Amino acid sequence: MAKITMREAISQALWEEMERDENVFILGEEVGVWGGSYAVTKGFYDHFGEKRVRDTPISEAAIIGAAIGAALTGLRPVAEMMTINFAFSAFDHIVNETAKLHYMFGGQFKVPLVIRAPGGGGRQLAATHSQTPDAIFAHFPGLKVVAPGTPEDAKGLLKAAIRTDDPVLYIENATIYQLRGEVPDGDYTIPIGKSKIYRPGKHATLVTYSKMVDFSNKAADQLAQDGIEVEIVDLRSLRPLDMGPVIESFKKTNRAVIVEEGWQSFGVGAEVAARIYEEAFDYADAPVKRVAQKEVPLPYNRNLEQMALPQVADIVKAVKEVL
Amino acid sequence: MEKQDYLSIYHQMVLIRRLEEEAAQLYQQGKIGGFLHLYIGQEAVSTGIISARKPQDRIITAYRDHGVAINVGIPAKQVMAELLGKTTGMSKGRGGSMHMADTQKNFWGGHAVVGAHLPIAAGLALGDQYAGRDGVTICMFGDGATNIGYFHEAVNLSKVWKLPVLWVCENNQYGMGTSVERASAVSEIRRKADGYNIRNERVNGMEVMEVHAAAERVLETVRGGEGPYFLEVTTYRFRGHSMGDPERYREQEEVKCWEKEDPIGIYRDILLFQQKIAETELAELERQVMTEIKEAVEYAESSPEPEPQTLFENIYVDETVGG
Repeated sequence: MAKITMREAISQALWEEMERDENVFILGEEVGVWGGSYAVTKGFYDHFGEKRVRDTPISEAAIIGAAIGAALTGLRPVAEMMTINFAFSAFDHIVNETAKLHYMFGGQFKVPLVIRAPGGGGRQLAATHSQTPDAIFAHFPGLKVVAPGTPEDAKGLLKAAIRTDDPVLYIENATIYQLRGEVPDGDYTIPIGKSKIYRPGKHATLVTYSKMVDFSNKAADQLAQDGIEVEIVDLRSLRPLDMGPVIESFKKTNRAVIVEEGWQSFGVGAEVAARIYEEAFDYADAPVKRVAQKEVPLPYNRNLEQMALPQVADIVKAVKEVL
Repeated sequence: MEKQDYLSIYHQMVLIRRLEEEAAQLYQQGKIGGFLHLYIGQEAVSTGIISARKPQDRIITAYRDHGVAINVGIPAKQVMAELLGKTTGMSKGRGGSMHMADTQKNFWGGHAVVGAHLPIAAGLALGDQYAGRDGVTICMFGDGATNIGYFHEAVNLSKVWKLPVLWVCENNQYGMGTSVERASAVSEIRRKADGYNIRNERVNGMEVMEVHAAAERVLETVRGGEGPYFLEVTTYRFRGHSMGDPERYREQEEVKCWEKEDPIGIYRDILLFQQKIAETELAELERQVMTEIKEAVEYAESSPEPEPQTLFENIYVDETVGG
């Protein structure tokens, strides 16, 4: 086991998959000569060359469209959106083509495509560059959506995403590239569509994913000082959504808080809460609570931005409210 | 070209015409649902282009795709079955009129969002370039598609990456009901390719042999590694945009004028007077087409509806995880 950062985990997964399979290649804005806007593909261009590490024009639709086409011919492109906010410029290709081609042509087309997209707020980039729109993308059958919160999952899920014959949107949070964690030695994958118990506990269930796993863990540490043991379920994949461990945990704790960085309305929390009520209503000892971003376009001002984003203290407060 | 090749082209054009006429009737009888866009009047375009391609050349087009389906050699009965939404259609009744494809015949759809398939075409070509194959991707689209961002992103990328793409703009004078002059800053569409330093020319799309000759010539230059080429093929649709078109935007005089340029009539004369093919031989072929259409309708109508339990098939390739 080695302790590495999220950035290193993502980078290692890409590197190892490109070494393993000649058909894997990267395309996107500044992925090559520059080394990636977030330095994830630093050194790739020199090692793999311009054929497999392809700098593109600023043309999001063409990036995803070309990646779809290449995937249809049997290649395994990893397309990078510089940020998930720019993925809106390719939204049609992601949700209307990528997610639909296999089904709509009766199974003839395969789109083994990975779209990497960093998002998240907290960097004073203001409203257009700070979003966490994960739930929107998870709305569409045909697309797989994963959003890891630990280096171990980041590496294993990216490898699984590259190897599956289905299209995967791989959502990163740009503020946790420095987050460190242990990863297994050697080659391994983490299955897509499997959530897991991240931290065992018995008093309440915290359901979360991506950056909020770390926040939830910090909240759990604080609560532990008061003798409150929360169980954290890391969804890891939003579609397919694996509710198994969530329901199992809820049946034990009878209380749940769902934590996400995106807006609350029509969000991941709304979906998870609805499913808890549908599948385990009789086990509820308190209403399910949600911690999410305030319903406002994120402001530039540092204090205002932090006010709008979910904080560790919000999670602690919500857990105490359901107890 | 041998006599058989000339006759094959005639057979395809007449088959498309009769298939579309039959489809219009079935639509009015309520047997075909959704939208139905007929290719009547434009038969010489796809017939001329596709008769010039080699088996390794991919073809991708927009939603007016029945002609291409016939030209690539999909039996009329299978096209008709897809129109009727039956399991025996190419897309198993999941795609319908606008989403026909047959990857075995290198036909990659049938895409219904205007312009969205252009970036995908660039990607198909990238796949061949990447693998060192000598296939050319032929991408057909309407004049209306040249006003959407996808066009500009895809065409630019094709030149930057020197992709083996033949861009074929079917200029049928109208994007739905808006004339080229009212929608495009240049009405000679090929000039848009000048902006991307892509070789281009305009050909008469009512003369199948002109289209064929141009396609044959330019396909080889693209195959030779000289990058993309842009063909503007001028044509006219004799019917409305789709079955629900009140045609308020054009005079019947204009339609009648173009109908004098009927591509099938023009080609028939070439066969009779230049190729000295006997009228009785053409009449026999026309009778065969009528039989083919009759059998196609019988086949489609007697084909089974998709089983209800197949509703969820082919959402993912890897179905081991749920939706």
